[in-house]
Amino acid sequence: MIRLEKRPQPSKAWTVATPILAVILTMIFGGIMFGLIGTSPVEAIRTIFWDPLFHPQFSGFSRPQLLVKAGPLILIAIGLSIGFRAGIWNIGAEGQYIMGAICGAGAGLALYPMESALILPLMVVAGALGGWAWAMIPALLKVKFGTNEILVSLMLVYVAENILASVSSGLLRNPEGMGFPGSRNLSQWSSSQNLELIPNTGMHLGVLAAFIAVILAYVLLTRHIQGYNIRLTGEAPRAAKFSGVSPARTVLFCLGLAGVLAGMAGLFEVTGPAGQISIDFGSGYGFTAIIVAFLGRLHPVGILLAGLLMALTYIGGELAQLMLGVPGASIQLFQGMLLFFLLGVDVLTNYRVRFGAAEVA
Amino acid sequence: MPDDLLRLDGLTKAYPGVVANDDVSFDIREGEIHALLGENGAGKSTLVKMIYGLVKPDKGSMTLRGKPYTPSEPSAARLAGVAMVFQHFSLFDALDVAENVALGMENPPKPRDLARQIREVSETYGLPLDPSRTVGTLSAGERQRVEIIRCLLQDPKLLIMDEPTSVLTPQEVEILFETLRKLKSEGTAILYISHKLEEIRALCDHATILRLGKKVATCTPSETTARAMAEMMVGSSFASPAAKAKTPGEVLLRVDNLTMPAPGAFGTPLRGISFELRAGEVLGFGGVAGNGQDELLLALSGERTTKRGTIWVKGADVSRDGPVARRSVGFLTAPEERLGHAAAPNMSLTENAVLTAGRRQRLVKSGFINWKRADGFAQDVIKRFDVRTPGTHVAARALSGGNLQKFVIGREVAQNPDILVVNQPTWGVDAAAAAAIRQALLDLAAQGAAILVVSQDLDELMEIADRFGALNEGRLSALKPVADLSIDEIGLMMGGAHDMEVAHVDA
Repeated sequence: MIRLEKRPQPSKAWTVATPILAVILTMIFGGIMFGLIGTSPVEAIRTIFWDPLFHPQFSGFSRPQLLVKAGPLILIAIGLSIGFRAGIWNIGAEGQYIMGAICGAGAGLALYPMESALILPLMVVAGALGGWAWAMIPALLKVKFGTNEILVSLMLVYVAENILASVSSGLLRNPEGMGFPGSRNLSQWSSSQNLELIPNTGMHLGVLAAFIAVILAYVLLTRHIQGYNIRLTGEAPRAAKFSGVSPARTVLFCLGLAGVLAGMAGLFEVTGPAGQISIDFGSGYGFTAIIVAFLGRLHPVGILLAGLLMALTYIGGELAQLMLGVPGASIQLFQGMLLFFLLGVDVLTNYRVRFGAAEVA
Repeated sequence: MPDDLLRLDGLTKAYPGVVANDDVSFDIREGEIHALLGENGAGKSTLVKMIYGLVKPDKGSMTLRGKPYTPSEPSAARLAGVAMVFQHFSLFDALDVAENVALGMENPPKPRDLARQIREVSETYGLPLDPSRTVGTLSAGERQRVEIIRCLLQDPKLLIMDEPTSVLTPQEVEILFETLRKLKSEGTAILYISHKLEEIRALCDHATILRLGKKVATCTPSETTARAMAEMMVGSSFASPAAKAKTPGEVLLRVDNLTMPAPGAFGTPLRGISFELRAGEVLGFGGVAGNGQDELLLALSGERTTKRGTIWVKGADVSRDGPVARRSVGFLTAPEERLGHAAAPNMSLTENAVLTAGRRQRLVKSGFINWKRADGFAQDVIKRFDVRTPGTHVAARALSGGNLQKFVIGREVAQNPDILVVNQPTWGVDAAAAAAIRQALLDLAAQGAAILVVSQDLDELMEIADRFGALNEGRLSALKPVADLSIDEIGLMMGGAHDMEVAHVDA
């Protein structure tokens, strides 16, 4: 008989060890899966985890991609994790990301073709405000009418996607684009372009913002009373009320912050790697960031690592499809395994495994 | 001379780091009421859990009517004729009495037969109860009757009762005692666990006293003084709280016609509560659980704000202020529930110190928490109130109930409040610690603070309060000086005596 015994307090060692264990388990079971579909397990694992960084031929292209993909994931996940810590479940970061991009791009394009160093900062502010406003809808509805923020924020993703489709073929469409949907290319307009800060690293302003967000979130959660109040709300809502934390203000703060960060992520994406507002601008970063937030144990440093790992499996997965011809579904299965094991072994943090017959207790 | 019903021989049970029971032996005779006495953590619960089959002893044996008795689970214990009424009821609010009783039986009869049996038993033993009432509408005393009737329907030879009077009014206690005496006269043995010494003296034939897991003494309660029993329990004489401060000063807290709707389906509305609390005074509010105590605390702490003009602190209206603003004017509270309300279970003691002391102890400066100061404050509380813990880094849920209680009460007392409102300050705390907490409250009053103690422990209120009032269905009785009160008067003030009826002893 195997039994689980609750620990008096969460194990510090296992909190650190479980993600590593999960990656190892994913490699073992993923390897078996690749073996079953006729691909060499060692080669598949190497292609996913090793080649994007160190392959002599491909790493030059894929290594910068790591930061390009991880940047928005981390930035959005940091915002989400603060809310998740307080038990506020914002599932609609994708919508806030899209609205941030639309508002930021719209603010910039309104001034086209003016040239000024102030345009990009203005766009960043507009993008942050766009994401914030979109997040305020579920926040205010929750505070005023007690609606469920999970449903409202999720539904607003689909609204945002429709707005995106509308503006890319209407309001923001490139007048010189021969009628094709999509806006002017913002990465080619010197006032709005968000270039790599260091060539060939993928390090653009959004990645820098993500790193700063990691540090600020860490300080907020460990040193600041607002972060304490957020953690307290998540741990024991009644104790938080007793302490004097206003639940309504916590909801507004957490959703607002997540909206701001997601909106900024959208803006940096549209001015950099994506380049333009187009129908397929929404790339799922807002949803993947939820996984990243939990993968990182809702801890800022954990999210930084989880974002990089997630980006790696995406890039490595694409590479494996290209190089080894494995089906896309197998890559998704592999990523699913990673999530499954990460959440599964989490039980070890709070429980101890005991072998032997159950004792009457 | 009656024979032994249950003989315990050398029972030992150790948990990692602590020996809960160490070589405990005693006998319970047929048809006697046997008291099991001891402080919190003395090993009473573990011992009865072994008798009831919830815990398996490491060593030792039990003999029931001459045959070896090794219950592997509670149903085996029930089959052998051992029943138990727990301190915390396991009842479902939304189901009716008969359904709740049926859930606890091995082979419940048909609902109609069961209702008839419940009526029969409840009449025989003077425990009036309607099988079709929804449990959510019952008082604590009535809920206890459901548990007792559930046991009696199994016709037990030994009935274990764990602190049964902690939720009852004096009149309800009297009814319960009549019932227990009647059971005894019919030959049922009762193992009665309590720390209320006067009750044990009135009711029990023999007493076994446990301390730190060992049996330290046996006595005949009717021939032993309460003080002597208390000292056997604690192992040394402990200080009773000193005399009370006598000269109340200015009015610090005034509650004026406080009315508030119930917070939920089974909550209690507050109806027109008015009182004044003066500097240096200890006011005691008694009452059976669920008569508005929790709701009053929420209104006083600021977790639920009330209508303008209902709560005044030092002449200023604080009715619309939240907990933070109230603390800043020296108005502190400590709710009843330790885990989840007064403290966050998974957070460390240092973090829990910030929960209420952040502003007042200047642990937070321009938004940033000074963890060093917070840790220092937590250590002060631990030292001053003798909280037993390996350190301030320990999560609140890892502390025993009594130790956490000392911490959450100490956290408020250490902040030198002008007004302190506490709910059940010594609930589940051992006698020595309870005395220390009460003394701390009295010291605070002596320094000129105004104290309101809400408690279900009448002895406690009689000991420390200057004036007494009772809460009943959200109303507050007139306040009377404790010195002039008799226990009967208190019972009438509490008024929570539902369906008063004393057992038909001669039936």
